[in-house]
Amino acid sequence: MIDEGLRNELQKQGVYTTTLEELYNWGRANSVWPLTFGLACCAIEMMAASMARFDLARFGAEVFRPSPRQADLMIVAGTVTKKMAPLVVRLYNQMPEPKYVIAMGACAISGGPFKQGYNVLKGIDRYLPVDVAIPGCPPRPEALIHAIMTLQEKIRHQKLTGPDRPRHLNAAVPGEFPVPAYGEHDLEPPNNPAVWQPPVIKR
Amino acid sequence: MPEIRVEVLPNDCPAGERSLLVDIAHVFAAAKFLRDDPQLRLDYCSNVSGVDWPDLEIATKTKVKKVVDGVEKEVEEVMKTLRPGFLEAVYHLYSMELKQGPVVLRQRTANRDPEAPAVSLTPLWRGAELQEREVYDLYGIRLEGHPDLRRILMWDGFKGFPMRKDYVAPDDFEYEPTPHDEVLELAKKHYPPEVKA
Repeated sequence: MIDEGLRNELQKQGVYTTTLEELYNWGRANSVWPLTFGLACCAIEMMAASMARFDLARFGAEVFRPSPRQADLMIVAGTVTKKMAPLVVRLYNQMPEPKYVIAMGACAISGGPFKQGYNVLKGIDRYLPVDVAIPGCPPRPEALIHAIMTLQEKIRHQKLTGPDRPRHLNAAVPGEFPVPAYGEHDLEPPNNPAVWQPPVIKR
Repeated sequence: MPEIRVEVLPNDCPAGERSLLVDIAHVFAAAKFLRDDPQLRLDYCSNVSGVDWPDLEIATKTKVKKVVDGVEKEVEEVMKTLRPGFLEAVYHLYSMELKQGPVVLRQRTANRDPEAPAVSLTPLWRGAELQEREVYDLYGIRLEGHPDLRRILMWDGFKGFPMRKDYVAPDDFEYEPTPHDEVLELAKKHYPPEVKA
């Protein structure tokens, strides 16, 4: 890696140095295309974030794609019912790597006010690897922008090689997640142990 | 139509909105009358709801004179009667033409059996179709005559009717930071309070 001070000096002279990793991540981080996908009222805030007042286009994330095949980011915006959860997982499986998930709002991260209900999933992190979770009911568009900036920061720091390289560069790690089936009262299985374990309470 | 049995149910709430209770055998004819009568013209069914009334024990106190220890005394006696439970479908009807309403129409099933029969009013008000499906889905009232009666909110293959009072959801309790009421009971069951050393 080149020394930061030397790099700045070179930049002042008009010489730009970079690494392939940095260039690759710079490109990826500034063109995160979300999936046009809303489940409840949080989706209204998501729409507001993409409109002129909040202008998600400043972060390169305004191109909402109507097909999972073209999207990089799934914003789970709203309450995930047990009936909807398998479809959410299937949509995620249909997205090409690299792909990311933002869980937006209290319902998507934990079930929110409907947590003890009979038909609400207690958070999409039971089935999908969530990269950024935004609390709020609903979160403000600024919060969604902050989440996208957090995700961009995460993408910028991903290593292309080494044991902790991202999933899409590691053939050994599967990019698809099992789709839960409808049971008699609940989904089967009720969570995916590979991505989620119940919290351990320490006393 | 003299054979129709209609009961006007009182309502104690401040609005005092009374409702018509019609027996299942005649509810379709009564509803048709409400829709077509030139003075009523209730052409708009705004809402269909389900109500679950579980078995209810009604205690009535009566004062009875009894001989206790050779002395005649007035003793209160409690009579307990069991009102068997039933399910109810409630329709709120308005007239768009005559700008009047609402008229509340109720029909009750005979008991709380799974899929207890009642009569669908979708043939009269097409707008009731999805709401009647919801009533069937969540309360299990089988509305005879409905064109497409199947679950709408829950998935096919779901067992039970989740809005009934006796529905027991699967116990999938997890940590809750501020539990209260039933959730507190669940929390105690899952995380028994340990004795602090």
